[in-house]
Amino acid sequence: MIAEFGHFALVLALGVALVQALGPLIGMPFNASLGRVAVPAARAQLVLLSLSFLALVYAFAVSDFSLSLVAANSHSAKPLIYKLTGAWGNHEGSMLLWTLILATFGGAVAFFGSNLPDGLRARVLGVQGLIGAAFLMFLLFTSNPFLRLDPAPFDGNGLNPILQDPALAFHPPFLYAGYVGFSIAFSFAVAALLEGKVDPAWARWVRPWTLAAWCSLTLGIAMGSWWAYYELGWGGWWFWDPVENASLMPWLLGTALLHSAIVVEKRGALKRWTLLLAIFTFALSLIGTFLVRSGVLTSVHAFAVDPARGIVILGILVLFVGGALTLYAIRAPALKVEGIFAPLSREAALIVNNLLLTAATVAVFVGTLYPLALDAVDGTKISVGAPFYNLTFVPIIVPLLLLVPFGPMLGWKRADILGASQRLAAAAAVSAVGLAAAWVWQNDGPWGAPFGIALGVWLIGGAFSEIGYRVRLFRGASLPEAAAKARRLPRSAWGTAIAHAGVGVIVIGIVGITSWRVEVIEALEPGATFEVGSYTLTFQNVSSYEGPNFRADKGSFLVERNGKEIATLTPEKRIYPVSEMPTTEAAIYTIWVADLYVVLGDQTGTGAWTVRAYVNPLVPWVWIGAVIMVFGGMISLSDRRYRVGAPIRAASVPSARARKPEEEVSA
Amino acid sequence: MIQGVAILLALLISLPAMAVYPGERLDDPALEERARGLSQELRCLVCQNQSIDDSDAPLAKDLRILVRDRLKAGDSDAEVMTYIVDRYGEFVLLRPPLRAGTVLLWLTPLLVLLAGVISVFVYLRRGQTASAEGTAPLSEAEKARLGEIVMDREHERD
Repeated sequence: MIAEFGHFALVLALGVALVQALGPLIGMPFNASLGRVAVPAARAQLVLLSLSFLALVYAFAVSDFSLSLVAANSHSAKPLIYKLTGAWGNHEGSMLLWTLILATFGGAVAFFGSNLPDGLRARVLGVQGLIGAAFLMFLLFTSNPFLRLDPAPFDGNGLNPILQDPALAFHPPFLYAGYVGFSIAFSFAVAALLEGKVDPAWARWVRPWTLAAWCSLTLGIAMGSWWAYYELGWGGWWFWDPVENASLMPWLLGTALLHSAIVVEKRGALKRWTLLLAIFTFALSLIGTFLVRSGVLTSVHAFAVDPARGIVILGILVLFVGGALTLYAIRAPALKVEGIFAPLSREAALIVNNLLLTAATVAVFVGTLYPLALDAVDGTKISVGAPFYNLTFVPIIVPLLLLVPFGPMLGWKRADILGASQRLAAAAAVSAVGLAAAWVWQNDGPWGAPFGIALGVWLIGGAFSEIGYRVRLFRGASLPEAAAKARRLPRSAWGTAIAHAGVGVIVIGIVGITSWRVEVIEALEPGATFEVGSYTLTFQNVSSYEGPNFRADKGSFLVERNGKEIATLTPEKRIYPVSEMPTTEAAIYTIWVADLYVVLGDQTGTGAWTVRAYVNPLVPWVWIGAVIMVFGGMISLSDRRYRVGAPIRAASVPSARARKPEEEVSA
Repeated sequence: MIQGVAILLALLISLPAMAVYPGERLDDPALEERARGLSQELRCLVCQNQSIDDSDAPLAKDLRILVRDRLKAGDSDAEVMTYIVDRYGEFVLLRPPLRAGTVLLWLTPLLVLLAGVISVFVYLRRGQTASAEGTAPLSEAEKARLGEIVMDREHERD
């Protein structure tokens, strides 16, 4: 009954989405009041899809195996938390979550977007409704999660055991919130093209939404990478797997979009380019969805190996991106080019940022799709792996990272490169110290590693220098004065500095794990003692136990350092009987600047076990850095000037909400 | 069917939990290091985008042993790669060689970067000529108005 209720809500949501789309997009030119239907429709759609999604989660929670989706993807012996998260651990459920997030962003614009001009808001919601209608049709006609089974089976088929993991359970919602969040930037871009107007106010409205999506995507990618690190069992954290690339591409272009929107907002330049970026960022999100669900790529993520579904998503992609680009071709030339600036200026720096990020995206795009294209053209099969990206992506990204600290130091319109360099002298000095320290610390490591560390330190130092410069620290301001100034700095300035510092932290983590990993692989009998880096490990024993839905062999390793016991690590090998699948549970002891990573392998006949132990230097920084970036993004998001829905002059004009939108545009 | 494929895939994915086995390693550390380097350039044919160095699949193990056998026989790195490509095809190479079919793969990022640099250059130059023609110095009234705006903004921020 509850499932039918959810099904009904889903069908109703499609109807509401069509109203939300057609009212503003078709109706508004004839009758302005038809545009007003968008706001209540977007709210209703959010409510309906929430109900529908809750109904599906409920079906999973009570293991209603009369739903074919639940029967295929759940099992009564699963822990409750994984029953719940199993609701989106499959194609149909995750598509429902996808549409729910789409409706959430639309609903947020409807609930909190009261500072938007009515026409713009209606058109944004209309485009959002059109995307929603397309995906709801896709869901209902090709991937309906609410189909019944008769007779219902006695128990379900289970869920892929390596997906039964907390980080992975919550990785898709964040990832989708990122992907789908870029739909708002797309809708804003299309709405702006329909109105034929892009102004700084438009950029100010579009930025917080893009930033929120970007934060989610960053977190989602970081969670996926962290999961791969501890679950797949050999400590890799990024594989250039096509599906990872599918999430990296919209992230790279979304990052470019965040930066180019600043130029539109502050200087009124780069309008057309920003519109294109908004369109292509969402296009890449759709391409990611297509790649994962069409079966053209196979991967652990590719749970819907059904070409027919792929073709429908491809159709949606062509329709929306093609439509938006056509609209762009017609309308963009009419946009007035504004904002004059010198080749050395903050604007120019942000253009270089965009250029390099776009080129990096192209490198990933070509590497991901070229093998498919070549196979289709002449049947040749080639592989594109990490060595390709090391030769193409890395040389594009490194110059970008080197330039990052300069950006915020340059003035708008015309900058003083000498002055900017002087302001960065301290960062350069600290970076040189980092280089020297890393050089001395590593005995015969790769020569490039100390330079990588120096790059990371340069980014962090540059971020601090920017704050230091802005509060006039050491330049005439006393410490209390500087602190007072720091408190008054706009949150967006803090956000920028923190996010850029986070990039530096990630760089240091990546350099550490790729350059200085220590590895021990031995066949050992219980009782053996061995050394990894500065740790001494004693292999104590292996015991077996029964988990809720798996059997496990658990190894026990005593870890000592400098003669002191510091931990006992218990890596496991598990077998899930429902699917007869083995998984490894690595044991990790972290001291934050390095991980000790121990994996129990197979038994090698004579009572010995294959044991792998690694010291992974600095690897936690990869994810810590990502979290710092997200934190920076959230600080920036909380800036009063960008806060979603907050009137721009809330503090000084109490009745700001009542003002006419036109005034804000000219403000 | 779909379920079967999913389980098979998951098996392929979860198997590569480990790589090189203790028994496979060569006694000569220099040779072993070369073997590891080569292994990272070779794809495990039955896995998803994984090198044989990372994969636990039986086929990857066979290839790892093959690489080491060739190295022991005195092959250079290039000879080992040729030997393996002759038998398994270019599909095993994680870094596709540059030839007619892969020119676009390697050149596209470079071409896009170049085209980008040129268009940015043109864009900036155009901006500069426009600024030389288009901006007159501020009049006294404008300066005064600007001062007021700046004062307003600073006041607001407090």
